[in-house]
Amino acid sequence: MNSAIQIEGLGKKYLISHQQQDRYLSLRDEIMRGLHRAVDKLVHRKEEQLPSSGIEEFWALKDIDLAIEPGERIGIIGRNGAGKSTLLKVLSRITEPTEGQVRIRGRVASLLEVGTGFHPELTGRENIFLNGAILGMKREEIRRRFDEIVELAEIEKFLDTPVKRFSSGMYVRLAFAIAANLDSDILILDEVLAVGDQQFQSKCQGKMDEVGKQGRTIIFVSHNMGLIQKMTNRAILLVNGALAETGNTTDVVAAYFSDRKLSSQSTDLKTRSDRLFLNNITFCHEKLAAGFNRPLHFSLGISCNTVVDQVTFVLGIWNTVGARLVTTRCTLTLPQGEANVLDIALKNHHLPPGNYSLSVDISIATETIFSNDHVLFFELSDLEVTERYLIPFLKNHRDKIGTFVPADFNISAAIR
Amino acid sequence: MSDRELLIRRGKPIQGVIRELWEFRELFLLLAWRDVLVRYKQTILGISWSVLRPVLTMAIFVVIFGKIAKLPDGGVPYPILVFAAMLPWQFFSNTVSESSNALISNAAMVSKIYFPRIILPTTSMVVSLVDFLIAFVLLLMLMAWYGFYPTWKFALLPLLLILAAVTSMGIGFLISALNVKYRDFRHIVPFIVQLGLYVSPVGFSSAVIPDQWRLLYSINPMVGVIDGFRWAILGGDTTIYWPGFALSIGLGLALFLIGVRYFINTERSFADVI
Repeated sequence: MNSAIQIEGLGKKYLISHQQQDRYLSLRDEIMRGLHRAVDKLVHRKEEQLPSSGIEEFWALKDIDLAIEPGERIGIIGRNGAGKSTLLKVLSRITEPTEGQVRIRGRVASLLEVGTGFHPELTGRENIFLNGAILGMKREEIRRRFDEIVELAEIEKFLDTPVKRFSSGMYVRLAFAIAANLDSDILILDEVLAVGDQQFQSKCQGKMDEVGKQGRTIIFVSHNMGLIQKMTNRAILLVNGALAETGNTTDVVAAYFSDRKLSSQSTDLKTRSDRLFLNNITFCHEKLAAGFNRPLHFSLGISCNTVVDQVTFVLGIWNTVGARLVTTRCTLTLPQGEANVLDIALKNHHLPPGNYSLSVDISIATETIFSNDHVLFFELSDLEVTERYLIPFLKNHRDKIGTFVPADFNISAAIR
Repeated sequence: MSDRELLIRRGKPIQGVIRELWEFRELFLLLAWRDVLVRYKQTILGISWSVLRPVLTMAIFVVIFGKIAKLPDGGVPYPILVFAAMLPWQFFSNTVSESSNALISNAAMVSKIYFPRIILPTTSMVVSLVDFLIAFVLLLMLMAWYGFYPTWKFALLPLLLILAAVTSMGIGFLISALNVKYRDFRHIVPFIVQLGLYVSPVGFSSAVIPDQWRLLYSINPMVGVIDGFRWAILGGDTTIYWPGFALSIGLGLALFLIGVRYFINTERSFADVI
């Protein structure tokens, strides 16, 4: 009973409406549209009842049971729409659970979005006080931390400038600096560290490490697996609103990447521009030979209304700690046709065994028509055939290797 | 770590609301300060708008109702007669129109941060209060100009101000909560406020209403408030129609209770709907 947070049977239900719409929408889009429409209906025309057939219950969270101990740093991972943000919103008391309950011991500070409540017309100084109060700080506390906030945000010179004249970097830095100086027992963060330049990010991480060392409980959502691994010692994986996995961060992240439910061999992209339509992308597992550094085969299904020139494909491969290890690209002219298949063979990637995800960016001339990370998950294994002496090394350095690079090793024996 | 334990579940005990309001008092004050501060930013005339608006409205009413329609003034200078009513009316109309949009215009805060949402519409009342105080100083100047001396009744003005606040907050809470779900109210409010100005006894004394209709007329809760203000400010032989005044007070209080209740009951779904 002494947990910092005790979640019991938590569920959150939304009502969504399904209506006839474009056939080129992903389920996620459809859910979002459904939500939007439901909201629009209620908002704009109250007298118009929703067609009952179109309404569906959607459980954003279902049967979540979890205990978080004081001082734990918990990462929440999962794909978009898995319920991560909803969980944070319930924990932050912004939205009410439909069933179950949460007991929280200690003061909670949550930062779900950077800079909420900033007023553009007010100066940096004024906004520090306002935003501090919005986040739950007392005036006295803000006054005490004021210099620290200004220093962390690096905005000394602009304290008396309205924040609407701030650059977006300054804006974000100020917002984070305020939040980082919150004194709370429990800190809830939603993907807020993924902002600012590199220097600022490492500053943030330093600050977060400090917060963690003070023994405060942190709950942290991010898509950046590297950050999750660095910042947290325990993680939970949400899949479709349910708790799929919980345990130490490294294991859960690995589970996230290798989970069969996630790692479909083929993903529907269903993205449409006026001239071409991306059907799906597939990792051709059957073409993968056993051994190290074997070519990876992907195939991308594309329909084209007409001949399309200058289509550039950029593929990236990410490891489980969120590093992009390999990037490749090509520019092609696509023929007209309903069922074009682009075969991609990626050779000499030098990737060690492990779990990976693929990102795809597609543009026509200079216009980006598709850009998405983690569209496909795949696993490389069966290294034993060619590299069995490496196995002990790989076991010790899992997820930290990056790529192997070919090199010549020459030994010259000295002759006396 | 503090020992305070918080339980999150469906439905919120109503008794926690007041304690929570106290906890968040600093946020309330800061939001009010923010709204006052930004109100006239990037305007050339700035705070003078708070002076100009009531003065211009009064001038128009004096000309239309006093000079052209020649409505009875009951022996007081017509500008003071109008201004005494302008004070509560502008306070009411500003509060209602600002507070009804308070949740929508702070939607980002509502969906990303936890705090008692009732703070937002209440803040709008504080902003209107600042305008009220400025207009009140104008009234004092106007009375000095006409050599018009207040009586002991003048001391009852704070009570009447509270009545005006309660009445307008009730409507403000109700409409701001409804506005989250049904944006229709964004269009209804300006209409209510505009119509109300002519229906309420602002440009004329409610003594012009035939006696048999006065009780019915007092169904508009602002009639009681405005009559009260006139009675307290003008003093002298100004009389108050007590049954109507009592009815207005009753309706004002009822509106307040309904507003607060509806607001608190729907508050928990704001973040999902807004």
